[in-house]
Amino acid sequence: MSQAARRIEETVPVPKGQTVLAARAASRSFGPVQVLFDVDFELKAGEVHALIGENGAGKSTLMKILSGYLAPTGGHIELDGRRVDFASSDEAEDAGVILIHQEFNLAEQLSVEQNVFLGREIRKGFFLDHKTMRAETQRLLGELETKVSPTAKISEISVSDKQMVEIAKALSRNTRVLIMDEPTAVLTNREAEILFRQIERLKANGTAILYTSHKLDEIARLADHITVLRDGHRVANVDAGTMSEDQMAQAMVGRELSNIFPVKHEVGSAETVLSVRNLTVGSIVRDASFELKRGEVLGFAGLVGSGRTELMEGLIGVRDAEGTVEVGGKPFRLGSVKDARRAGIVYLTEDRKGRGLILTQGMRPNLTLLALDRFGKTMIDGKAEEAALDKAIKDFDVRAPTRSVLVGNLSGGNQQKLLLAKTMLAEPDIVIIDEPTRGIDIGTKQQIYQFIHALAGQGKSVIVISSEMAEIIGLANRVYVMRSGRITGEVQGADVNEDVIVRYAMGLEGRKFDSHE
Amino acid sequence: MSDHAATPAKTTSSSGFKIDFHIWGPVIALVVLVIAGAMMNPNFLSYGNVTNVLARSAFIGIIAVGMTFVITSGGLDLSVGSMAAFIAGVMILIMNALVPSMGVGIGIVLVGMASALVVGLAAGLVNGLLITQARIEAFIVTLGTMGIFRSLITWLADGGTLSLDYTVRELYRPVYYSGLFGVAWPIIVFAVIAIIGEIVMRHTAFGRHCAAIGSNEQVARYSAVHVDRVRLMTYVLLGILVGIATIMYVPRLGSASSSTGVLWELEAIAAVIIGGTMLKGGFGRVWGTVVGVLILSLIDNLLNLTDLVSPYLNGAIQGVIIILAVVLQRQKKAQR
Ligand SMILES: Nc1ncnc2c1ncn2[C@@H]1O[C@H](COP(=O)(O)OP(=O)(O)OP(=O)(O)O)[C@@H](O)[C@H]1O
Ligand SMILES: [Mg+2]
Repeated sequence: MSQAARRIEETVPVPKGQTVLAARAASRSFGPVQVLFDVDFELKAGEVHALIGENGAGKSTLMKILSGYLAPTGGHIELDGRRVDFASSDEAEDAGVILIHQEFNLAEQLSVEQNVFLGREIRKGFFLDHKTMRAETQRLLGELETKVSPTAKISEISVSDKQMVEIAKALSRNTRVLIMDEPTAVLTNREAEILFRQIERLKANGTAILYTSHKLDEIARLADHITVLRDGHRVANVDAGTMSEDQMAQAMVGRELSNIFPVKHEVGSAETVLSVRNLTVGSIVRDASFELKRGEVLGFAGLVGSGRTELMEGLIGVRDAEGTVEVGGKPFRLGSVKDARRAGIVYLTEDRKGRGLILTQGMRPNLTLLALDRFGKTMIDGKAEEAALDKAIKDFDVRAPTRSVLVGNLSGGNQQKLLLAKTMLAEPDIVIIDEPTRGIDIGTKQQIYQFIHALAGQGKSVIVISSEMAEIIGLANRVYVMRSGRITGEVQGADVNEDVIVRYAMGLEGRKFDSHE
Repeated sequence: MSDHAATPAKTTSSSGFKIDFHIWGPVIALVVLVIAGAMMNPNFLSYGNVTNVLARSAFIGIIAVGMTFVITSGGLDLSVGSMAAFIAGVMILIMNALVPSMGVGIGIVLVGMASALVVGLAAGLVNGLLITQARIEAFIVTLGTMGIFRSLITWLADGGTLSLDYTVRELYRPVYYSGLFGVAWPIIVFAVIAIIGEIVMRHTAFGRHCAAIGSNEQVARYSAVHVDRVRLMTYVLLGILVGIATIMYVPRLGSASSSTGVLWELEAIAAVIIGGTMLKGGFGRVWGTVVGVLILSLIDNLLNLTDLVSPYLNGAIQGVIIILAVVLQRQKKAQR
């Protein structure tokens, strides 16, 4: 099978515009729940096809079906006009159909190079040809302008580097169809640009590309063709030129969307609830000092890797940190997540799959894990937990196929909502949210922004770390900008705009750095 | 749309008739064993035989309950067999040494029991601290302490057997051989511990935290769970349970030697796995472990009662069952 597939590819280059891969009336059910309904779908050579839809609309499911990770429960897949039944993703890969997963599919304990060639190791006789593999990995990473070393262990590199490794892995194959499930969700703008250049290059070479993202500006820029899914149904299938961003959003959500960002509350001279002095976290964050007021939404901007996450992780006690912290005027001892929780501070991680949720458990234990002490002193009150789950599903609009679904089987956006619900169950006064809307659809984004706004309105204080400039600008009363582990600037009022923030983030303005940096 | 029916091959079946082997497998196996046993030997279900089987399985059972917590939180303890032997030896030495000063009485037995609990707790603490504080793999730590405890008991017994003072033994005997309303003490203790264990696992924060740590330690840490403390607790709990098992075991033979408790660790781990707890952690159930223990000892008993298969093949049959149990667990996950 694999041999045959390779030969086809070598001898018959598919002309541009010809359909390579198609789904015919594809359906998929998980147990009794159907999530995809008779979807027709065509992917053409040399074309970027965007698949958009709300969280849980079935985008990832369709992509997995096209790439052999899932079998359709109805309908079928066609490759070059002939019906194929991929028995596994390996078969699909042999036929040149490659999926870059929304969730990482890398072996954490192996090196970058080992991952890129996993299952297709190059051999010299009986032994592995390390030299060639390393050189090839180096070349691919170079093409992607990624500085990570081929010998670095996956578990030790950053999320965005992991994404770049996934892309390198896909590029290293003979790709006829490249399917990318929210590749830019964890990338910086610069890295995204690099990815877009690669996409253009592949497209020029006649590769068919299927792309999904919740960032509609990317779609408008990249796509030649757009398919919109809503609740598992195909609701639109149009040329990209005919659809504006607003129209996309509307087609996805099924209603008109306006005023994504609520009008900010006035904070005025409210009292300070959190004061941090000279906080140093490991060797990453140095001498960070900041203050947070009651009812304030405080933004933390900066490039990915500027130390924002580390700073907050140091504050809540998952990283070793030193410094003087006062909460509500009282001294606060660093080092324990539980103490932080007792003091009313909670942190919502940016890494929902690795640090936020237990993917192999159901929604209930996940929801209550952080605030388990609220559900009984010795015995856990199951009824109260169920009630809390009911409330969370309602308040946060969590759309789960069934109540007992494993959290790993929730769509990405719904996982994020559950994580938000989990964090809020601890009834915090100070909420630190790291990348609140990563991988979240536009309708839900609006809900989350409203929610953050409402929290501030209730007199709680919110810290938002975000790499999406629009989010920081649209939400925050005041913004700290970080660069290379230091807070380099503070802006508020009319200064909260892209120009000023970017200047601080790039180091064009603000405090001078030590020369060793 | 008309070709929907044309792809039945890969349709995931979700009909309600399908039995979930992951949940019910061990129970079905146990029922089958009981029925088969009753048909092969009328003596099998006699009061005497049932009491005998249950009382003997109590030692492993009590330990296996503790092991369930350790494994659920992603750990492992290979030292429990040698630990039991060591505790038995220390207990006997202490009781024998106290006979001249205390005289033979209930007091001396109570001191012996207390020392078993203390030594068990200490041994568990050593394992747990090495694992959580010195950050050494559980496998390595307990492989080490397994050798250490085994060697200590051999040394204490000078290569031979430590025997409990005859008069103390007479006094202590009923703890294994008598009971309440015709139910032997070891069975009662096992049952109580199993019930408490099940409740702790399913309905307390400790049980929830064990599963969370075993599934994803990072998530647990970020969710304000004291990961190290919970881990440590599981080993201490197991140590104490090994102490209790030893308290029930010593009156049976009244002696300890280098061959006491050999392979108990493997039987306990096997029982846990057969019961459906995942070896890599994250999910555990105490009732499953109880079923696992019963399955293992019933097989042993059946082979001894019938001459269908040589009892020497007991190990082989147990091995097959363990592997089968894991295969059944796997099947559920492989569905796509
Ligand atoms: N293995 C599974 N078992 C049960 N339900 C599943 C499984 N996989 C996906 N689902 C459900 O199918 C639906 C579609 O999920 P899918 O991941 O395709 O959404 P999506 O469009 O990719 O969403 P997102 O934008 O959040 O990534 C969701 O309701 C999800 O919970
Ligand atoms: Mg998805």
